[in-house]
Amino acid sequence: MATDAMSLKQLVLGHKDVQDLTDVEVEQPPDLMTVNMGPSHPAMHGTVRIVLTVDGERIVKSDIQPGYLHRCFEKESEHATYTQVFPYTDRLNYVSPMINNCGWAMAVEKLMGLTERLPKRTEYIRVIVSEMSRMTDHLTCIGASAMELGAFTAFLYFLKAREWIYELLEKVSGARLTHSYIRVGGVSKDLPDNFHEELTHTLNETEKVMVEVVAMLNNNKIFRDRMAGIGAMTKADAIATGCVGPIARSAGVDYDVRKDYPYSVYPEVEFDVPVGTTGDCYDRYLVRVEELVQSIRILRQCLKQIPDGPVMVDDPRVTLPPKTHTYNTIESMIRHFKHIVDGIKVPAGEAYTFVEGGNGELGFYIVADGTGRPYKAYVRSPAFVHLSTAGQLIHNHLIADVVPIFGMINMIGGECDK
Amino acid sequence: MAQKVLDGLLKHHGSAVERTGSQHGDEIAWIKRDQLLEVARWLKTDPSMLFDAPVFVTAIDWLDYRPLNRPPSEAWAEGKPRFTVCYQLRSQTHRHRIRLEIELPETDPRLPSLSSLWPAFDWQERETFDMYGIKFDAHPDLRRIYMYEEFVGYPLRKDYPKEKRQPLVRRDDLPLNPIKAPGHGDR
Repeated sequence: MATDAMSLKQLVLGHKDVQDLTDVEVEQPPDLMTVNMGPSHPAMHGTVRIVLTVDGERIVKSDIQPGYLHRCFEKESEHATYTQVFPYTDRLNYVSPMINNCGWAMAVEKLMGLTERLPKRTEYIRVIVSEMSRMTDHLTCIGASAMELGAFTAFLYFLKAREWIYELLEKVSGARLTHSYIRVGGVSKDLPDNFHEELTHTLNETEKVMVEVVAMLNNNKIFRDRMAGIGAMTKADAIATGCVGPIARSAGVDYDVRKDYPYSVYPEVEFDVPVGTTGDCYDRYLVRVEELVQSIRILRQCLKQIPDGPVMVDDPRVTLPPKTHTYNTIESMIRHFKHIVDGIKVPAGEAYTFVEGGNGELGFYIVADGTGRPYKAYVRSPAFVHLSTAGQLIHNHLIADVVPIFGMINMIGGECDK
Repeated sequence: MAQKVLDGLLKHHGSAVERTGSQHGDEIAWIKRDQLLEVARWLKTDPSMLFDAPVFVTAIDWLDYRPLNRPPSEAWAEGKPRFTVCYQLRSQTHRHRIRLEIELPETDPRLPSLSSLWPAFDWQERETFDMYGIKFDAHPDLRRIYMYEEFVGYPLRKDYPKEKRQPLVRRDDLPLNPIKAPGHGDR
């Protein structure tokens, strides 16, 4: 195992071998220096502080300190009804809020035993909006990382495509960024008119943008020099440090929740899970590009297969009565009132539910006590786990390499700091 | 498949397991804290288990737990363990999962750290310490992670009020109502 790791390191480090760096070090002053990066630094995604100890330009020690964006998600959730938690989940991973919405809804449904009873159309809508969110996540991640390495055009092109998807999601949910669209037992409203045509058009246009950006980045000398061989991780390390999603897959870990623990209607659509080999930043970029392609593939199949039908499960425990009844009968009025004020009554129990988020396994662990508010709500945020490996990844690299490594870890402040 | 995990655990480390159970498809084993390290090491290395991938660590504070429509014996009362620490594990090879739950008394909330076996638990145990005040023995660097060093108390404990504020920077030198400061308000 040790020799494997060594050869991989030599292979991917390329001209930036540790030995080369130590040769340079002889001419540097012998004492170490401490540099503060962040908490508010233009190259840091979100607010995170790193205290770097550097030997010349080389990082010999780092202390990463998250928490600047801590907004007490868990404490607030314990005091909110299950439906009131949706807006908080939007603000966890704010570049793919739909997936967070889905994860929370699925966790509550699991505790209520509703998982198998959801209408097919609901499941398809959830997969469609989730995949659209995954696309916005990857477009942002790749675009922002490219910009930090000087490729501003790629950033603008990808943000243009992201904006098309946001506009479409705004038509679906009514909000551009914090959708709060999913509900326990379904979704808040059906897809708008012309959604099929508009999504098909957006996907076609996005594909064209991707061709352009990939042509600009893939064989770009500067981009490759800054990404290839930087922040490499072995497969064994990726598993032991809890990495999931594109980061683990780029290191060769074949793990995708959508395939390994299938949920919703993912078994009914065809898609591939891209897996990398070297686990460096360039592989993470390639995996994300391929996932964009696969998301488009899933979306096209969903548009073909989506059936008609209701968008909420027919269960008085989670659905509001129709408005005509609420305004005309006292029983429905009371039910509406109890539903809003007391919340959805979830039977006592505990469950851990996880979905494939933009960054990998995103889980919600809920302990319910029979009331309308969760007794405990915990979110397993992939960004937090990935950030904990960053110290290891930037070790022995140059300060300038912190930028692509952090870009490709795709640390989302809201999700990491809860 | 997953029931096999609990059966194997009971067979090899029956004395360390208080009870096992399944809820909503999650397999749970309640482990005695003095044998946790031994059980965890076995779960990680045994070929039939191979729990190589860590998922999460968190804790539950049972102080206010009074479930509705359940017998009163399930509610928390003086003398029952106040905290439960949960370790969720996943096997990349066998694709099974297990949750280890360790019950801790209010007076002595400490247990051995598992960060030496799974490096991902390093930060997550720090988070649990930060939020619940659970001490992890032999943890390499048990500091607060989300809150600042000067913070007093543990915010996710049920006896920490939600409205309580502990501003890091106190500005006692500022007037309470800046509009009524001299030079303003009285024309």
